[in-house]
This record gives sequence, structure tokens and C-alpha cells, in this order.
Amino acid sequence: MTTPYVEIHGLDFAYGDRQILSGIDMQLPKGKLTAIMGGSGCGKTTLLRLIGGQIKPERGSLKVAGQEVSRFSERKLYAMRRRMGMLFQFGALFTDLSVYDNVAFPLREHTKLPESAIRDLVLLKLEAVGLRGAANLMPAELSGGMARRVALARSVALDPELILFDEPFTGLDPISLSIIATLIRRLTDALGATSVMVTHDVHESLAVVDYVYFMSAGRIVGSGTPEEIRVSTDPYVYQFVHAQPDGPVHFHYPAASLDEALLAGAGR
Amino acid sequence: MNMLERFFSVIGSNTINRVWRLGFAARFFFALLANSGETFRRPRLLLRELYASGVLSLIIILVSGLFVGLVLGLQGYDTLQRYGSSEALGILVALSLVRELGPVVAGLLFASRAGSSITAEVGLMKATEQLTAMDMMAVNPLARIIAPRFWGGVLSMPLLSALFTAAGIFGGWLIGVVFIGVDEGAFWAQMQANVNFVNDVLNGIIKSVVFGVAVSLIAVFEGFDAVPTAEGVSRAITRTVVTSALAILALDFVLTSFMFRGL
Repeated sequence: MTTPYVEIHGLDFAYGDRQILSGIDMQLPKGKLTAIMGGSGCGKTTLLRLIGGQIKPERGSLKVAGQEVSRFSERKLYAMRRRMGMLFQFGALFTDLSVYDNVAFPLREHTKLPESAIRDLVLLKLEAVGLRGAANLMPAELSGGMARRVALARSVALDPELILFDEPFTGLDPISLSIIATLIRRLTDALGATSVMVTHDVHESLAVVDYVYFMSAGRIVGSGTPEEIRVSTDPYVYQFVHAQPDGPVHFHYPAASLDEALLAGAGR
Repeated sequence: MNMLERFFSVIGSNTINRVWRLGFAARFFFALLANSGETFRRPRLLLRELYASGVLSLIIILVSGLFVGLVLGLQGYDTLQRYGSSEALGILVALSLVRELGPVVAGLLFASRAGSSITAEVGLMKATEQLTAMDMMAVNPLARIIAPRFWGGVLSMPLLSALFTAAGIFGGWLIGVVFIGVDEGAFWAQMQANVNFVNDVLNGIIKSVVFGVAVSLIAVFEGFDAVPTAEGVSRAITRTVVTSALAILALDFVLTSFMFRGL
């Protein structure tokens, strides 16, 4: 494995009394695309937010480029984020700005480039996602897949070293889904960036990523290369990859037995 | 838990929540002030908000001011002519508007028109993760989104209040002088002689600035603190309008008490 760009050791996180992540150990190698997979509510988006410094861990260590993120001042955190790009689940495009201005936003905020240079960079980024022709459209005029591609162009506008993808395939049709998956792989390689993709779409992800971590109930329950994952006999990984209805993941949220609940009358 | 315990528990919990929220609002206000530099370094951000809060509120402010002035003219003339002082109509209209109705009614209209719009915009930006996206791009949303809207509101409010007052005085003149026939010379001369700049005009301006700060702060805070769902944003907008209206009326009483303490 190459040098890790993100290193996580013994990380715990809780929202109040609700434990979300327990004892996470993870290494995200430099220049590689790593997927974090797991069912809804398993804590994978929380992990992404921890990497981005939006929340702080209770215990454990989380280093990005060798530096402990939880110890950053706001200034240092922003300095780190300038070297980071993030694609949100539904794009999070600025609705009052055009496609062009959305992609130009990080360049205008963080560089002193003349408008002509910004124009060239924006058009190149839009060309890379196939939407140069849509530069003057507003976000409301875009389809879900197009909006995600514009958000992808915006997230790589500053040529980041680390790119975080939060559920990039959610709600996309098969064609858009395949386009986004290919673009994620292509942009990661072109920029030499370290990419982390949080997702529960197995087949699309396994086709493009270098390494996979599986999470369940706030813990890492399996990991490996896509080839290893496909042939894994680990019960959780097998259930997830083969979409089995029965296995270590239970259908019911933990609760008292139905008999007890019904006999309790007014109790819920 | 019996009824009495539950009663006190609900009161206690609500009180703690409200005090906590008040503390959060105070911290938010100081953070907002600390992040205001960019608003003035990049005038385009401020101009955009001055347009959204000020220019787009002009129609409702001018039309309402005109109608308030028309009513003041009618009501004032009806009362004054009983005592044979209908020439004092100009003073009555001007003082009512400059001291009270201008800042208060303009403030209430501003809260409904611009305040609700600011809360909706900020709340929806939060619900659609635009604020988080900005934060993750190392752009502070307090500096880039919240502060320009706050200062846009603060600067718009006194100007809107002045325009409301001007439209109201025009309405009073229209009814009194043009339709009823009050002497025009007396109308303007008495107004000029009896409206004091410091005691009346300046105090009115101070009120409108205070209302502008209150309404703008409530609007941006409610948007920023909104629960990021459709229902959460709709509740936040309602809270902006209700809290702003109460804040304006309560602050008006407090300010009036200080301003006219010598009377």
C-alpha cells in the first residue's frame, strides 16, 4: 500500500448518548480511490464529515496529510479545505448562480486570477464533465445527473489533493450513474488526488474503486480490493454485496418483543 | 410522573431551551460582527443585498406610506377642525410619521417583506446543504452569506423609513391641501417651524436603525438556525415575522420612553 494521505486510528464518535462510530481504523492511500460502504445509518457520512473537519471525534486520531484535523484552528482548517474538494449527495449547487458561476466560485474566492484565466479554467472543468454547453444554465434547469456533474466540476475546480464524495450515485438513472462513476475515476487519476467515496451502490463502486471498507453499526466489518470483496465469504460483506435479505443485518430496529409491546397497552 | 411534576418539567425545559437559544443568538451576533469585514471590503456583496432588501421593498413601503398619510390627513383634519386648528394638520401628519409611524410601520412592513425573504433564502440554503458546501470550500458562510444580508437590512431600514415618512407626508398634503383645502402655506410653514431635527427627525432615524438591526438579526438568525426541512424553514419564517413584530413594538416603547423622558 502507498503512503496514506488520511490515517484514522481508534476513532470514536457519538451524538449525545448515541454512539455512531466505534474504534475506526482506516488508511486512505495517496492517489487512490477508496470506497466506504455500508447500509443507511451505519455512520459512513459521519466519517466523511469527520475527515472534512465539520465535527470532531471524541477519541482517537484522524490525520490528513500527516496533521491531526481535530487540533486545527479555524484558519488551519480552512487552509486544509482549500486543498480539498467535496461532492455532496444532491450537488448543493448555489441556486442563485449559473453553472459557470458555480464552478468559478472557488476560483474567485481563493485565487487572484484574472477573469480571463478563470473563464478558461471553468470551461476546461466543464468540458471534463461534458457540460461546457450548459455553462449559462441555472441549477433549476439541470437534471439530477447534470447537477451532479456540475457539482463534480466545482469540487475539482482548485485541483484538490483530497476529494470527498458523499453518496454520489443517489437518485441517478443508470446512464448518469455510469457517467458519474467514470468521471470520478478519471478525475481522481488525472489530478493524482486521494479520493474517498461514501456509497451503498455496490456494483458501480466496485467497478471503479481501488479499495473498499465495509461499515456496519459504526464499525468496520470488512475491507479489501474489489476482487477480494466480490469473492469474500464474510457474512456481512456477502449479504451486502449479494443483496441477501437475511444475514447479520437485521430487518428490525432493536426493540422489546412484539408480545411485550402489545401487552404494555399504552406503552410505545 | 404526576400532572404537577409534568407541568413544571415542561415549563423548566421550555425555559432552559429559550435561554439557551438566546445565548446562541448572542454568540451568533458577535460572530456575525466579527465576520463583517468582507461585506465592506467587497461592496458588490452589500449592493446586491441592498437591492434585495431595500429596492425590492420600495413599492410596498411607498404605497403603504401614501395610504397611512391619506388616513392621517382625514382623521387629523376631522379632529383639528373641531378646535379651529386645521392649519396645524401639517404638524400632526409630520410628527406622527417622523416620530412613530414612519419607523414602526416601515419596520413591520420590512419584517414581513424583506425579513421573511432573508429567512427563507438562508433556511433553504441550509436545507439544501449550500451553506455546508460553502464551508467545505473554505468560504465562511457567516462572512459570505449572513453578514451581507444583515448589513443590507440594517442600511436599508432607515432609508425605507425615511421614504415611508415622505410618502406619508405627501399623502397628508394631498388630502389636506389638495382635496380639503387647508391653506398650503400654513401646512408647510407650521410643519417646518414645529418639527425639531434632533428631538423628532434624529430620534426617528435612531429608531429605524435599531429596528433595522433587530429585524435583520432575527431574520438571518432564524434562517441560519432553521431545522433543515420544508416544515422547519416555514416555521422559521413565521418566527421571523412574529418575533420581529413584537421586538419592534417593544423596542419602540423602550426607545420612546428614553427619548421623551423630559416631557
